[in-house]
Amino acid sequence: MSVLWISILIILGVAAFLCLFRIFRGPTIADRMVGVDIMGILFVGITAITGILYNLSFLVDIAIALVLISFVGTLALAKYLERRTLDD
Amino acid sequence: MTEVTVIDVIGYIVIFVGVVFDLLGAIGLVRFPDVYNRLQSATKSVTLGTFGIMIGILIVTGFTPLGIKALICGVFLLLTAPVSAHALSRGSLRFGAKMWKGTVIDAYGKDKLGGPQIESEEGEAKESKEKEDEVA
Repeated sequence: MSVLWISILIILGVAAFLCLFRIFRGPTIADRMVGVDIMGILFVGITAITGILYNLSFLVDIAIALVLISFVGTLALAKYLERRTLDD
Repeated sequence: MTEVTVIDVIGYIVIFVGVVFDLLGAIGLVRFPDVYNRLQSATKSVTLGTFGIMIGILIVTGFTPLGIKALICGVFLLLTAPVSAHALSRGSLRFGAKMWKGTVIDAYGKDKLGGPQIESEEGEAKESKEKEDEVA
């Protein structure tokens, strides 16, 4: 059954590579930020699938932390894009 | 070789649907013409796809610690991903990212920034035509 999980990981890796293409190519800085946000969410899925592939439940803990860190990071990037400081 | 039950097959189908949603969202991130279309495509489908992966893991493993953690991760994802996408789109509008020239309406720019941020004349012409229709 591990062939199924590895093929799912390959498909998710292709999706992350497409986000990387957008990060390199994006015309404005907003496009690059969108790419970083989407790639963070894709890495959450990759981490959880890896956890179930090797039967390691702590990798899903890492996925939870990755969701929250990606949320805070994207909010900080959006504030920076809006040219405001972090405390108003 | 362990035997595959019906519940396992349902879980695999849910995970596969989630992965397909992820891939289509990433393709939309590459193919669409401007920032707002890319956010529209990528955020919604990638959020639902990753939530599908988490629900599939819960179905496959049952109510073990791994499955409960996957469910919690999916709930956090549903709570946080739309908020960050909304902040990103608002920030990019105030940053001044240009809209695609086929864009029809820009309500936020008209309310807050004193005029639509659409670059082309086609969209403005269509909007003024709508205004004339309303007057008539």
